[in-house]
Amino acid sequence: MFELTEEHQAIVAMVAEFAAENIAPHAVQWDQEHHFPVDVLAQAGELGMGGIYVREDFGGSGMTRLDAALIFEELAKADPTISAYISIHNMVAWMVDRFGNDAQRAAWLPQLCTMETLASYCLTEPGVGSDAAALSTRAVRDGDEYVLNGTKQFISGAGASGLYVVMARTADTGSAGISAFLVPDGTPGLSFGALEKKMGWNAQPTRQVVFEDLRIPASNLLGEEGAGFSIAMKGLNGGRVNIGACSLGGGQAALDKSISYLKERSAFGAPLIGQQALLFQIAEMQAELESARTMVWRAADALESGSKDKVRLCAMAKLVATDAGFSAANTALQLHGGYGYLAEYGIEKIVRDLRVHQILEGSNEIMKLIIGRIAIDS
Amino acid sequence: MKIVVLVKQVPDTGEERILDASTGLVDRDANDPVIDEISERALEAALSVKDRDKSTEVVVLSMGPSDASKAIRKALSMGADSGIHILDDGLLGADATLTAQVLAAALRNADADLVITGNESTDGRGGVVPAMIAEHLNLPLMGSLTTVNIGSASISGQRRNDEGTQDVSADLPAIISVTEGFAEARFPNFKGIMGAKRKPVSTLAAAELGVNIAARTKISSVETRAPRSAGSTIIDEGQAAAQLVDFLTTNRLI
Ligand SMILES: Cc1cc2nc3c(=O)[nH]c(=O)nc-3n(C[C@H](O)[C@H](O)[C@H](O)COP(=O)(O)OP(=O)(O)OC[C@H]3O[C@@H](n4cnc5c(N)ncnc54)[C@H](O)[C@@H]3O)c2cc1C
Repeated sequence: MFELTEEHQAIVAMVAEFAAENIAPHAVQWDQEHHFPVDVLAQAGELGMGGIYVREDFGGSGMTRLDAALIFEELAKADPTISAYISIHNMVAWMVDRFGNDAQRAAWLPQLCTMETLASYCLTEPGVGSDAAALSTRAVRDGDEYVLNGTKQFISGAGASGLYVVMARTADTGSAGISAFLVPDGTPGLSFGALEKKMGWNAQPTRQVVFEDLRIPASNLLGEEGAGFSIAMKGLNGGRVNIGACSLGGGQAALDKSISYLKERSAFGAPLIGQQALLFQIAEMQAELESARTMVWRAADALESGSKDKVRLCAMAKLVATDAGFSAANTALQLHGGYGYLAEYGIEKIVRDLRVHQILEGSNEIMKLIIGRIAIDS
Repeated sequence: MKIVVLVKQVPDTGEERILDASTGLVDRDANDPVIDEISERALEAALSVKDRDKSTEVVVLSMGPSDASKAIRKALSMGADSGIHILDDGLLGADATLTAQVLAAALRNADADLVITGNESTDGRGGVVPAMIAEHLNLPLMGSLTTVNIGSASISGQRRNDEGTQDVSADLPAIISVTEGFAEARFPNFKGIMGAKRKPVSTLAAAELGVNIAARTKISSVETRAPRSAGSTIIDEGQAAAQLVDFLTTNRLI
């Protein structure tokens, strides 16, 4: 499992080439101009990146979680924000594939897999983030329909997506009273908040999603009534591995830039790479990223095989990889001196982008809560 | 229609390449081996025919060391149907005449309607192999094309030379070589990459093709290029433009 197969290498080479040509040259500009490149996402979709671990019958690529981790790391070397959005889209596509019935799969998967239609994951609310089981958006059954009311907060892709998978309360029984729904864009009663102004992740929109007496057919229920929280958490297991992989890519890119920079930059009469204090920082970045990568691959493998250890391994992968990625990026900024602080060099953007990976898809405190609880329970 | 595309694995052109002064051969270990970009353009031309007509069969043919199987796999992942790998230690460092003879022998059995190659490889840059193959097989050659129209019984295209452009056409079977004017190759998609290992690749040795390995080219000497001397710097004190023009005219650069 620690040696990549020839096929893995071919996948990585293709994604690297695609990202180097179509994403990396524009990353700084997209960040500055807050541009969400849906055309480039569609190109990625054509290559199979819209449904990486979705089954093949409705257009998925039928690949493994490890393949996905390798792909997201490679995309993130070019732009963590774009990679992270594609990872969220894949998480939603997988939820439709795994929990949808054949009619729902046939209706949504072909367009999601090509990324002609983008998807958003709607769990967080203004009042609840970490404690998602306390969410209050309501879905009330009315004949052949459900009527939704409530507000979702911080929704990635909102306003640009064609499909919103929404977790809403159908009963007052805590996490067991939550159900998942497929809400197509354009449904009357669906509206969006203003574009959030953010520290990073500027190349993808984040908005509130608002439901006001929004009616959808009862057939838009994803899975069973009451299964929504479990569906949302199962999606997040993979999401965590993927967001970890995005952090590895960003961190690795920052490290690679630092190595070239220290070789080029001279101070006190010699290239900076000759300063052992700086060399040690390179070594630490390298070692932390590599151990986190090992963890991400192991978690991906556990998820693929359905190991009973998967929840804690995914949480650990997310924790260590997002911390290692951010720390590497932040060190890289320091190693670049004043130039690291300039937008042009692309380093400060990586720092800003990777910072949020420690907060979302379950904050790193929540990862510790999961790991710690499992540790003392077993 | 059956199209055979000649694909060559070459040292990565993105890096400095090294010529071994003792043998006169390219040092293949000095760079990552990649599929030649011009071969990829040739393949793209064939695949665009297959896009229009699914019944088109695209075969890639490569002569090269065992590692060249990677170039063939990449071509298969992009959409070619099968591969032929001519693998023979005796062919290491083969010259253009021997290469053309071997490729022609393989093509003789391939029953192609059309053979597509790059006009010259980025490593050797001899640019004579396509014409030599055409001669061996007695096929019309439309060389160094900038555009092509591939019909079911004939082809036409345009080539550029020092005087202007030439419109050329030929009946099939024929062989064409393409230039940088052709479209860049597509990316392989994931399905293509996963499916490539299920596609057939046959491996042939020179003897199986009935070719007697004997080079006809003799390299009399190889010299390393003299290191570049530092350029001269013109500092603009109001006269820079005139000085530049002087420099360019005295060195016959304009
Ligand atoms: C740019 C961006 C994009 C996002 N995209 C999406 C999206 O697409 N879909 C979606 O549903 N959500 C999304 N989110 C929301 C994200 O998942 C939440 O912000 C995250 O879960 C944290 O929730 P919160 O912000 O409400 O913080 P809170 O839950 O209020 O937490 C505040 C702080 O307290 C800590 N904390 C909370 N509870 C505990 C505890 N029990 N023990 C120890 N520490 C604790 C947290 O770790 C955090 O540090 C996004 C957020 C951002 C910033």
